[in-house]
Amino acid sequence: MIEIKNIKKSFGEQQVLKGISAVFKEGKCNLIIGKSGSGKTVTLKTMVGLVEPDEGEVIYDGRSFTKMNFKERKLIRREIGMLFQGGALFDSMSVEENIRFPLDMFTDMSVAEKTEQVNTCLKRVNMVNTNKKYPGELSGGMKKRVGIARAIVLNPKYLFCDEPNSGLDPKTSLVIDDLIQHITEEYQMTTVINTHDMNSVMGIGDHVVFLHEGYKYWEGNREEIMQITEGELFDFIFASDFLKNLRRNAKV
Amino acid sequence: MKFLDDIGGYLIMIRHAFSRPEKTAMYSKETFRQMNDIGIGSLSIVAIIATFIGAVTAVQFSYQLKSIGLVPMWWMGSIVRKGLILELAPTITSLLLAGKVGSNIATELGSMRISEQIDAYEIMGVNTRSYLVGPKILAAIVVIPMLIVMAVALGILGGWAGGVLGHFFTTAEYVRGLQDNMKNWDVVVMFIKCVFFAFIIASIPCYKGYNVSGGALEIGRASTQAVVLTSIMLVIVNFFIAFFLLGE
Repeated sequence: MIEIKNIKKSFGEQQVLKGISAVFKEGKCNLIIGKSGSGKTVTLKTMVGLVEPDEGEVIYDGRSFTKMNFKERKLIRREIGMLFQGGALFDSMSVEENIRFPLDMFTDMSVAEKTEQVNTCLKRVNMVNTNKKYPGELSGGMKKRVGIARAIVLNPKYLFCDEPNSGLDPKTSLVIDDLIQHITEEYQMTTVINTHDMNSVMGIGDHVVFLHEGYKYWEGNREEIMQITEGELFDFIFASDFLKNLRRNAKV
Repeated sequence: MKFLDDIGGYLIMIRHAFSRPEKTAMYSKETFRQMNDIGIGSLSIVAIIATFIGAVTAVQFSYQLKSIGLVPMWWMGSIVRKGLILELAPTITSLLLAGKVGSNIATELGSMRISEQIDAYEIMGVNTRSYLVGPKILAAIVVIPMLIVMAVALGILGGWAGGVLGHFFTTAEYVRGLQDNMKNWDVVVMFIKCVFFAFIIASIPCYKGYNVSGGALEIGRASTQAVVLTSIMLVIVNFFIAFFLLGE
């Protein structure tokens, strides 16, 4: 479980996060949704320590990440996996080297053990026989899958995904969503996904936090979200007039 | 204020760059990769430039000395040797590497920053300044002096070829000049320059590339700034080393 308490963050004069608190549950896909500029990415980056909050606290299973020193954070980061928007694969390394990197850096496993673990992860994301390919040779969806494989190679307790579906077609997006959901259940991870894709919300949104202009505006699950009939969240979900009318007519 | 910020940021980066590595084997591997990129990657261009610098030095000095007519032509070996060891090989090679290696480093780190690869390392718990910056500086300090020594040797060879082919002096005269009045201190000064220059060539582009924010335009800007700043720092440091180590 990850808890954030009253997170505030400003960049210069602009306050991006205005006191956000939420609890992200273990073994669930927790989604942070909101319009562009609502503070989703800053919230996610604050949770993993890429951005320091001005106020507030991030707590991983009772351990205050915010109060940790550099060395303590390094240890907890080995329990964290992250999938970045563009995959963030290391260009100079092959797929296999990318996935093996955390094992090389942080474990004393033998070469055979590492290779087995890499192949297990590649199989898990349906990317067998791509070991020797380089990131430049992969499609957007494949990069995301390799990114997921790298994120889970150390069996993390916490998985963060920043816009996992951005730049992907709807069908590939569903594949990525399913993969994240299955991995979350299989490894019993606390998964936090930052997205504005409503297909993801309806498909894997066990727990959804809606941010609006730096505040937490709404919190619930995918069933509850469909009961919304007005307000900022309604405008966000049913962005076009066509969808709004469809929703209203369906209700009638 | 921005200038002071940069100085502070640069010094902090250097301090972290040489902090204790997570796994020595991984850092060694990265250092060797960088040595290959900086050294092998620059071998041919340094060789070509050094050879022709030596040749043109010999030809132009010979032309001027011949027109004066008071200086024996066997001095040319000494002039080329001294010029290359003390100034031309370290400075010209370093300025060349500031452009080639410096822009490469700034662009590589800048791209890694923009594409979130540096963030990916951070999330894993890797000390990125130590893993990405330290090996580059270390590799430069090892490899750049080697390139400069090679530049001296090829420059001397180029000087011989230029002078002999232009009928300014004979091989025997050139060799006599090369062996005349050789001071070990000159070589020591050259190596001191090499180490300082190598540090500058790697560290300033690392700082510029590591701190890129924005998009592709900023990467190009950082790369240009890195080359300009590195070149300026090279000539300033070159002066001070010469001033303090060669001055009376």
